[in-house]
Amino acid sequence: MMTFQHRHASHCESGVMAALVTHAGLPLSEPMAFGLASALSFAYIPLVKVGGFPLVAYRALPHAITKGLRGALSLRMAVETFRSVGQGAARLDALVAQGQLVALQTSAFWLPYFPEDLRFHFNVHNLIVFGREGDDFLISDPVFEETVRCPKADLTKARFAKGLMAPKGRIYYTQSAVQAPHWEKIIPAAIRKTCRTMLAPVFFAGVKGIRSLARAIEKLDAEQAPRFLGHMVRMQEEIGTGGGGFRFIYAAFLQEAAQLLQLPILETKADELVTIGDEWREIALAAAMMIRGRQPMEPKRIATLLRAQADREEAFFRSLRALV
Amino acid sequence: MDDAEVPQEDNVIFKGLRKAVYARGVDGKVRPVPSTGWQVEEIVTRQALDLLATQAEEARQRALRGEASPLEFHMCCARMDLALLSQCTGIWQWRVRRHFRPEVFAKLSDQVLGRYSEATGVPVEKLRNVEP
Repeated sequence: MMTFQHRHASHCESGVMAALVTHAGLPLSEPMAFGLASALSFAYIPLVKVGGFPLVAYRALPHAITKGLRGALSLRMAVETFRSVGQGAARLDALVAQGQLVALQTSAFWLPYFPEDLRFHFNVHNLIVFGREGDDFLISDPVFEETVRCPKADLTKARFAKGLMAPKGRIYYTQSAVQAPHWEKIIPAAIRKTCRTMLAPVFFAGVKGIRSLARAIEKLDAEQAPRFLGHMVRMQEEIGTGGGGFRFIYAAFLQEAAQLLQLPILETKADELVTIGDEWREIALAAAMMIRGRQPMEPKRIATLLRAQADREEAFFRSLRALV
Repeated sequence: MDDAEVPQEDNVIFKGLRKAVYARGVDGKVRPVPSTGWQVEEIVTRQALDLLATQAEEARQRALRGEASPLEFHMCCARMDLALLSQCTGIWQWRVRRHFRPEVFAKLSDQVLGRYSEATGVPVEKLRNVEP
């Protein structure tokens, strides 16, 4: 059995990538994996529906962390998908038998160790297989505190679920040891990219995306409002976000960056971002109270809060961009 | 959010699971802290689950009245919608919708039922009635 250190993470993809890279020789925290991949974002895409609602995301698209880190750290990584279930299952068996640490894309719905009520058809849940005992795979699922087990049949079903962003048995693993990068080069580049996304001149992304979302919420009638707001809050606060729509995890990244770059001003920016994250949680709380009927349902009030939040984030990312 | 403010509100949906959220410690460092849950998250997850349960119950009633086939009920129980069931089975949406009609559903071959069974995780014999 290999020596593998499981770590509890807030988000599956950054947790998996941090663990893979750490195992390959470069100690990497989850916030550093998240920040280096420029994974902080905002998107509101009315045309793409998730469970019948427009896509609202507080982070980059799935796979962006994997791709972002591959570039930033010049990782040698293999990514494989499979047409046939049999081949995909056999390939995982073989790699695990060789002692390879393998990351998988799965559907959370078919993972038996998930609590029943958290099993939704979410096809981009990432986890790591670090061993096998009989018919069970030993799994490091970053959003769980401890390691878990999963029978082969269930894991295969989860790997070959169909639907939006179907995993197609996707597996990925590092192929060589990871060398320490030039932090002073890649961290500022990653921060600049995040600022660019957040300040992008398009209606569906960054602070403009937040304003578009505010406009959409303002127009909701009394019947649509509770479900729409519930959807927004789920994307922001449900398990996998680290709270405050990923703003807290990015603040942790800025603190690490301040150390590595000897740039104490980034510590101040981290504190500002924690405050911004707190404001996101205030919005979530206000929306939840309206959904529960403990406060009158006023979509306009949420829209106003969102606009203030957009202004705050715009100022924040403009000043952050000027620093790096 | 500071360490002390991390909600520990026992989200029953977690079934004892704790999730990692990032919060600022007394030393000023932001790091992961295990949380038993926040009422806000529980409210919105519960809202989504209740909606699915309502849809399933409506489908069950329709099936019991003979207005729909049990397939619609099992689709709801598997937390799927028409688009997803269609994608998972490779059966076109208009055909799936036809299979929601009891008289059409009654004549389905075991092969087609097998595809529905595979997608929903419900054994074929159970697909034919609405016992959960």
